[in-house]
Amino acid sequence: MLEVILSALILLGALFTFIGSLGLARLEDFYTRLHGPTKATTLGVGSLLIASMVYFSTRGEGLSLHELLVTLFLFITAPVSAHLLAKAALHLRLRSLAVVPPRAEASAPQQANRDAPSDETVQR
Amino acid sequence: MKRHLLPHPLLTPALTLIWLLLVNSLSFGQLLLGLLLGWLIPLFTLRFWPNRVQVHKPLTLVRFVLVLLYDIVIANLEVAWLILRGPRRVHPGFVEVPLALRSELGISLLANTISLTPGTVSAWLSPDRTTLVVHALDVRDPEALVATIKRRYETPLLEVLEPC
Repeated sequence: MLEVILSALILLGALFTFIGSLGLARLEDFYTRLHGPTKATTLGVGSLLIASMVYFSTRGEGLSLHELLVTLFLFITAPVSAHLLAKAALHLRLRSLAVVPPRAEASAPQQANRDAPSDETVQR
Repeated sequence: MKRHLLPHPLLTPALTLIWLLLVNSLSFGQLLLGLLLGWLIPLFTLRFWPNRVQVHKPLTLVRFVLVLLYDIVIANLEVAWLILRGPRRVHPGFVEVPLALRSELGISLLANTISLTPGTVSAWLSPDRTTLVVHALDVRDPEALVATIKRRYETPLLEVLEPC
C-alpha cells in the first residue's frame, strides 16, 4: 500500500516537473516561458519531497523532516530569481507578447539594444 | 538592554528550528547548539536587519499561509493545463498593482507571494515603491486579477505587518 502511494507521488512529481519544462519549450516569449520552470515545478518538487519524507520516515530510523527545509529554501529563492529575470528582461526590452507598461520600460536605458541587437530583442 | 541582547525575538526560534531540521535530530545537545546559533546569528547580522519585525495577528498569518498553499496547488494545475492545451490560447499581460504596503519586508513578501503563485511573476517595482508591475501568463480581466491580489494577499499582509 505504502509503495503504491510512494510511486503515485513520485510519478505525479515527475509529471509536473515535465510539464514545467514543456512550458519552457512551447511558450512563445521570454516572459511566458518564465512561468513554466519557476511554477509548475513547485508542485512537482513538492510531491517528490513528500515522497522522500514518507519513505525515509517509515524506514524505522525516525522522522525525516529535512525535506521541509528544501521546500523552505526553494520558496525563498525561486521567486527572487524569477523576479530578477523578469526585471532584467524589462531592462533589455525583450520581445513580449503582452503590452509592456510604459513606466516599467521607461526606466530602462534608451540605448540598451544598440550594442547587441539580436532576434530576441526588438527596437521600439 | 533587552534590545541589544535579543534584537530579533522571532528569528531565534526560527533559526533554532532550521538548525534542528538541518541536522535532522532532536537531541538535547543539538537543541542547545541550535539555540546558541539562533541567539548569535541575529546579533552578528544586526546591520542587515535594523528594524525589529513584529507580527501583530499570528492567526491571520497562519490563515494567509494556508490560503497561499491552497492557491499554489490550484494555480499549478491551471498553469499545467494551460501549457498542455497549447501556447496559442494563452493571453499574457502585464498588470499594475497599486501598493498599500509601505515597509520593505511587506513589499518583498508580497512580491514573493505573487511570484510563488503560478501564473503570475512580479516583474518590476516602481522606484517610489507605489506600484508593482506583475506579468500574468493568462489574463482575461486585469482588474479582477489586481483585485484578487489585493484582497487575498495584500490585505492579510497589511494586517500582520502594518496595522494602523
